[in-house]
Amino acid sequence: MIKETKNQTIVLKNKPRIIGNYSIAGPKEGKGPFGEMFDYVMKDDFFGEKTYEKAERKMLEHAIFGATDKALLRPDNIDMLICGDLLNQIITSSYAARAFDVSYLGIFSACSAMALSIGIGASMVNAGYFKNVACATSSHFSTAERQFRFPLELGNQRPPTSQWTCTGSGCTVLSLGGQGPYIDSVTFGKAMDYGVCDVNNMGAAMAPAAMETMISVFKDTKTKPEDYDLILTGDLGKLGAEILLDLMEERGYKLGKNYCDCGQMIFYHDQNVLMGGSGCGCSATIFNSYVVERLKTGQLKKVLYIATGALLSTTACQQGESIPGIAHALVVKADPPFEQKTVTKKEKLRFAENIKNQLKKYNVEVE
Amino acid sequence: MEIFLNYLYVFLIGGFICMLGQILVIRTNMTTSRILVSFVLLGIVLEATTAYDYIYGVAQAGISVPIVGFGASLAKGAISAVRTKGILGIFTGGLEATAGGIAAAVIFAFIFSLIFRARTKKTG
Amino acid sequence: MNYKDRNKKYNEYIKQKIPKTRSWPTLFNAFWVGGVICMIGQGIGDGIRAIWPDLAGGAVSACISIILIFIASLLTGIGVYDRIGAFAGAGSIVPITGFSNSITSPAMDFKNEGIIFGLCVKMFSIAGPVIVIGVLASAVVGLIYLFI
Repeated sequence: MIKETKNQTIVLKNKPRIIGNYSIAGPKEGKGPFGEMFDYVMKDDFFGEKTYEKAERKMLEHAIFGATDKALLRPDNIDMLICGDLLNQIITSSYAARAFDVSYLGIFSACSAMALSIGIGASMVNAGYFKNVACATSSHFSTAERQFRFPLELGNQRPPTSQWTCTGSGCTVLSLGGQGPYIDSVTFGKAMDYGVCDVNNMGAAMAPAAMETMISVFKDTKTKPEDYDLILTGDLGKLGAEILLDLMEERGYKLGKNYCDCGQMIFYHDQNVLMGGSGCGCSATIFNSYVVERLKTGQLKKVLYIATGALLSTTACQQGESIPGIAHALVVKADPPFEQKTVTKKEKLRFAENIKNQLKKYNVEVE
Repeated sequence: MEIFLNYLYVFLIGGFICMLGQILVIRTNMTTSRILVSFVLLGIVLEATTAYDYIYGVAQAGISVPIVGFGASLAKGAISAVRTKGILGIFTGGLEATAGGIAAAVIFAFIFSLIFRARTKKTG
Repeated sequence: MNYKDRNKKYNEYIKQKIPKTRSWPTLFNAFWVGGVICMIGQGIGDGIRAIWPDLAGGAVSACISIILIFIASLLTGIGVYDRIGAFAGAGSIVPITGFSNSITSPAMDFKNEGIIFGLCVKMFSIAGPVIVIGVLASAVVGLIYLFI
């Protein structure tokens, strides 16, 4: 089927459903407002590994295993794996993909990787090419900081507009059958560059992209901001969210109380994060914990999730180039029958231990 | 009493130089490298214009502990080496005078980075 | 559409949107931490002079630098210096301890990539410009003094 009109939105008629979701977060994120909702909170940033890169990889593997397990599948039942992260050559995703014997699609879309991977996965599932697709992303504060900014132990002050890269990973398993919320439409965004050169002000670089994508969602699906129970942007942070509100008002859309930003929400104000969180893990963990769980129980009916990313490269920035921003959007709808029960913390912990043991066995098999 | 005044001057002048650095950080969002480079240059200029010695007379460690002192000893080394060795001094003087500091930084950095491993920042 | 105008307008808008932080507290922190580090240096110098009274002035200040560098390197290793830095800003960057920190911290960070290609290569990734510019400028000063 070819789209009739030239727009950015694909409406998925076959309702690809979210049958499995799993989120794992670092200790600092665990102390934030969403700490109770994450499936697993790591006790320390190393996660039992020697380097941060390995820890991030293990985190991603853990999330993928967890999501497949929650979807009542085995890793062999996954037909395709779509992964993304922030590091050069997306090493976390690629190395994590070794552990799984399935087709692997590595994507880079900075912090908007979660929405992009679900967008691609949902389109493929909708078209019937693959049955079960796992979409996962991860980010780790220490690996990102090392690559994009300064060494961890350097005694410097973070500029007031900077954001804190979240340590976390989220995975969503999509399938045509089963129960659960479904992806209604996917909007792939354009790379927008408004000439922001400040590496420490990514919210400002991403806000125009978020605006552009949001407006095309509203235009393409003929909806208004009020039609959604929740409009969730990825990691604009406090400053970026304020800019987005201004930009949208300029274009004639007024975002009300249903608008939230993951970067702004994931930490408490007194956690010393300045403008809030950023990174793939920020919106991936919140989407895969809070949003999907609320959709499952029917507390949220229709959610617009816009993950934003600053396509930042240290090389380009040092050459004086500005930072392009990108945003991809998903419209997720709840579908009855709704689940009634909520998972207790104890059950979550038992589940996480189970995943850890499985992961151990699985890795041994690989080697 | 004299020693108290001495330390007061050290504190005030040292603090003042660091405050200048902080003003640069706030105004221009300079990174660590740029701050260090600009203060080394400041020290070299002060030494070349002989102003450094006057300030050192009052401030002592207040001016020699900040990286300004590092720049001043680079310049001082170059100047005195030029006087004694002639043209060769241009090349040897600066590093000769600061060899202790650089070597110490390299050696201790090497040892401590072998012993410890980097941890995630706790504060913003 | 003219992108240049749009970008300029946007950047100006961002500039006035950025929250103004009160700079007095950070200035004060930088002032007193920097001052205290200098006083510690003075204390070390006075101690050395008391023990070895016939040491030359140059040797004393070299000793002060080395001891301060040692302390800063150790504090960086045990993970204290980045907290001081987050509190004091330039107060802990401008003293020679900041130089030591900027050499030790990348060395620690890149240890996992191997001793030669990680630790040794990255050691001067932040402090390298200091030495390059310092040597260049001192050579220029030497050249000038050669002709005076």
